[in-house]
This record gives sequence, C-alpha cells and structure tokens, in this order.
Amino acid sequence: MKIHEYQAKEIFSQFGVPIPRGEVASNCHEVYDIARHLGGTVVLKAQIHAGGRGKGGGVRLAKSPEEAEALAREMKEFYLGIAIDRSTQRPVFMASPEGGVDIEKVAAETPHRIFKEYIDPAVGFQPFQARKLAFVLGLGSELVNPAVKIFLSLCRAFEATDASLVEVNPFAITADSKLLALDAKMNFDDNALFRHKELLELRDYNEEDPLEIQASRHGINYIRLEGNIACMVNGAGLAMATMDIIKLAGGSPANFLDVGGGANADQIRNAFHILVADRNVRAVLINIFGGIMRCDIVANGVVEAAKAVRLKIPVVVRLEGTNVEQGQEILKSSGLKFTVAHGMKDAAEKVVAAAR
Amino acid sequence: MSILVDKNTRLMVQGITGREGSFHTKQCVAYGTNVVAGVTPGKGGTRHEGIPVFNTASEAVDTEGANATMIFVPPAFAADAIMEAAAANIPLIVCITEGIPTLDMVRVATALSRSRSRLIGPNCPGIITPGQCKIGIMPGRIYKEGHVGVVSRSGTLTYEAVWQLTGREIGQSTCVGIGGDPIIGTNFIDALRLFNEDRKTRLIVMMGEIGGTAEEEAAQFVKENVKKPVVGFIAGQTAPPGRRMGHAGAIIAGGKGTAAEKMQVMRQCGLHVVTSPADIGEAAARALGSVTK
Repeated sequence: MKIHEYQAKEIFSQFGVPIPRGEVASNCHEVYDIARHLGGTVVLKAQIHAGGRGKGGGVRLAKSPEEAEALAREMKEFYLGIAIDRSTQRPVFMASPEGGVDIEKVAAETPHRIFKEYIDPAVGFQPFQARKLAFVLGLGSELVNPAVKIFLSLCRAFEATDASLVEVNPFAITADSKLLALDAKMNFDDNALFRHKELLELRDYNEEDPLEIQASRHGINYIRLEGNIACMVNGAGLAMATMDIIKLAGGSPANFLDVGGGANADQIRNAFHILVADRNVRAVLINIFGGIMRCDIVANGVVEAAKAVRLKIPVVVRLEGTNVEQGQEILKSSGLKFTVAHGMKDAAEKVVAAAR
Repeated sequence: MSILVDKNTRLMVQGITGREGSFHTKQCVAYGTNVVAGVTPGKGGTRHEGIPVFNTASEAVDTEGANATMIFVPPAFAADAIMEAAAANIPLIVCITEGIPTLDMVRVATALSRSRSRLIGPNCPGIITPGQCKIGIMPGRIYKEGHVGVVSRSGTLTYEAVWQLTGREIGQSTCVGIGGDPIIGTNFIDALRLFNEDRKTRLIVMMGEIGGTAEEEAAQFVKENVKKPVVGFIAGQTAPPGRRMGHAGAIIAGGKGTAAEKMQVMRQCGLHVVTSPADIGEAAARALGSVTK
C-alpha cells in the first residue's frame, strides 16, 4: 500500500525525524491562507502517489526572491532509503550524496555512489552503521550525531509500520546547518496490514482504479491494463503467462486477473462483473487449470455468471484438469456462445481472432 | 532417486485440523504420502482422520519420527510455526501459507540460517516426487514418474508445464514450487544444485517470473555448475512496471526484474529459453532427445 508524502511525514515526525513546517491544502484558498501563515518562500507539492513529481511539474516554488534561491542553492541534498534486499534476505539502509535527483539513474550509472548497510534482524540497525553512513555522506562532525539519531529513527519507523520502502529524497542540510527530511515516501507490506489498522485509514481510494478497488473487496487480484482482451485465470503465474501468450498471438491483454486457488462460482461471477465493466474489452479468455478444483464446477460457475451479467461479447474457455470432458459439455450445452479451446496456444489464437 | 522427498519421508502436518490442512492432508494420504502426525496446539492427544495429533512440533517429531512437515497455519502465525519446526530439528519444512508479512520472513530467514532445517516456500504449492511422496496442494494425478526435475515460483503455471510434460509421456523426478514471495527458503540455485547431483534427473525445467534477480543468479549458476540441459521460462513478459502481479515478489521495481532482462541472461548462460508458455513441454522433449542420443 502507498500513502501520500504528508502522511509519511506525519509518521516520520512521530518517530522523531525532523520535517519542515507545512500544511495540507485541499483548494486554492487554503493554499493562499497556509502560504501567508508560513510566511516567506513556500514550496507547493502536489500530493499524488506517482513518483517523479518534480520532473512532472508537481513541485513548485510559489514565490522565489533571490535570497531564497541562493539559500536553496547552498542546501546540500542527500538520498536515504530503506528497503528489503531479497538476496541477503534483510532490510538494507541506503544513503547517497547524490540526493534530490532520480535515484534510479544514480543506481544505474554510478552505483558506487550509493552506500549500503544491511540490517541484522536479530539485533537491529546499530549506531556504528548509521555513523559509517553519516561519514561517507561527508557530513561535518557536528552533524554526525544528529544524523545517526535520525537514521535510527527512520529504521524504527520502517520496522514499526511493516514498511516495504522508506525513502527520503532529498534529505537536506539547510543553510543554518540543520538536517531535514524535505520529502517522505513510505510503502507498506500488504501482507502485514492486518496488524496496522491505523495505516488502513491512510489509503487514498482516489489514487486507485475503481475496478481494482472493487476487485480487492472480493479478494480478487486484478490489475487493469490497456488492451482489449480480458482474461480470467487461477494462479498468479499462470495469469501472467496467459497475458504473455495473448500478446504472442498478436492481441493485447486488458487486465491481469487471478481468481485464486479455490475459485468457486461466487468468485467467478464477481470476476466476470469486473472484467466486463471495462468498456475496452472485446473478448474474454478464461484459462482455468483445475488442480484440486473440478472442471465441471468451474464450468457451472462460468455459465451461471455469464447468464447473470448477460454477457454479449465472445468468450473463449480453456479448461484443464479433473472432469474436463464434463466441464466442456456443460459449456457447450449451456445455450451460450462459448468457444472451447484446447491448450493455451489454441485459446490465445481463438480469443485474438474473436476480438478482431 | 529424486530430491528431498521419497518413500522414506515421514510427514507431519502443522495446522492439520484446519479446513485447508485437513482437506490437503487427506489428498496427500490418498496419493500415498506417509503422514505420521499432526500438530494443533490444544488438540494434542486426539486423532484427526486417524492421524495422531500433538500440541507441539517437538512431541510429534520425538514420538512419531517425522522428518518433514507441511504447514497450513494462517499467515499471522505461520512464521512462528516455521521456527517451531526448525527448533524441533525437522530436516524439511514445507510452508504452503500465502500472505506472511515480509518482516516476519526476514526473522525466519535469520533463524533458519542457524538451524539445519531446509524451508520450501512459503506461498508455494509444495514438493512432489511422483509415485512416492506428495507434500502440498498440487493435483497428484497430472504427475508421472520420470527424469525431469521441475523448479518454479508459481503453482498453476507449474501444473500447466507438468501437464505438457506428462502429455508427451515425459515423467518427472521431483517438482519443487519455491514460492512467489520476496523472501523464501529454498531458492532456484538450491534446487538446481540438488537436481544436478541427482542421478535420476536428466533435464531441468525452471520457471521464473518478474521481480528480483533470482533467475539471473540461477542462470549464472547453471552456466558455471550444471551439466544437465535446463529449459527456462519467465512469466510476466507483458507485466507493467511498479505493479504487484498477484505474488508479493512479482513486481518490476526501479526498472529491475523485467522478464526481458531475465530471459536475456538465461539465454547468455546457455539455458533453452522458451518465449511461449505453451512451448515448455515441446522444448523439454527436444532437449531431452538430445540428451538420450
């Protein structure tokens, strides 16, 4: 789950990470009032989940007298980040003197400019590790101890919230030698949200696709894409592979959809509703590998759901597994226009033809 | 021969009395797996489907000599169950549970590094040696005894590949689902090393997906160490960046973990890479043909 910068800053501040003064505005009048209240030069930052806000024009200086600009120039900017490193199976604290810019570019072009300390989960992030990073960033000796305190606080915030990513870019030294988290980004581990009810309240549904929200309420993994061939698959790996084979057959997938392992009639009906609500969809491909699940039950669910949503677009069904013959018979005798496919290649070719 | 599980495996099930645990225990028994014990705290001393139930993992190991465990404990308690199994010195832990918090798995990984237990999963279908032992939720009847080792990050996609193999009369030595999470126990390299050493395995099928760099590291390992042909596939060639594709670990982040990059490295390292998921069986048949000749 992602949250907004202002929300992440609130969490930072709870853990003792210094942040600049600021307030959230929901309209232009409020912007005016807040700017007057803060005084001097202010920065307007659009609160959206997307990255690259600066480049996209989402960060603006509202007023820039010469002095303010000069002060801004004097500011040194760093990058700080905490993420899970899969190879070492540990959280990693990253710091770079190349702050304020696209860190992915730094990682690609000058990876030696990103310094890393791995966190041993048994003992936690240690002050000596934070100190090492503060020194390689070139912080003056009077700033090392305050920086150590902030780095340790960031780690505590990461662990206490089950974050999957914490980023401060830029982390700055102001002209009067103070350390400040000018930006704040936090993503959370979806698997751990059950133990962080307070974080669930920070979810901004306006940032998400309405169909994806609907799907998540039914426990269906659905991601909307640009194409016109909808697909319904059981299992994430097979769902990705189904999208791939649609593309290989010359079509374009409209979504990723995993109905889950125990795909019952209800889930299939819910999934159908979501698929056909996407107006771009011209045809549907159902690819179910009935492992433990029997194909006749899947077929009954598909027929029932297609009738319930009064499906008008062509549907290609590929079933495999236990009772596959019975399942195919149920589809054929349903009175609905299902195209039965044999194997993934056949299914992909048939659905691409149907969508034309 | 086979890897990790065979006729001598004595399985215990943690969470045996739950709905999923109960159902899949029955399926494993029906397949021929020797299920010797179950663990459900508070239900020790009872029997479930004729199998003795214990309060703790160590009691089950001491009394029934279990040498493998299958975990169906809910996500909030699964990390604890894995560590309990490791503390009971059980050699093989198979965790089916999906949705375990990543930081829990970080702690589990550290605990396991100090133990002699091997973890498979979590968020995986399990492991099967056809005709001998099934630990997990896979449909047993699609498998066939033979010489192809299969290792994969996904469940149903593995069934698809196995179905293509069995349909061509190509059997499998052992099939391991290593799981779709960012932090897992047994990884591709571990499985590849075991298959490489296993005399029955003649060919390896490796199925990866987007996210992380495990496939690239595995490909490098194949190039340097594996003498047997390896057929490779990567799911998610059309996946958009920054989105989690069902599996917690299947995400292209910071431009890293794309299918194109993984497939390129795998090709460079000499793997037989297939672009279409429909061609896995065919590619295996071709590679196997060149092995037997």
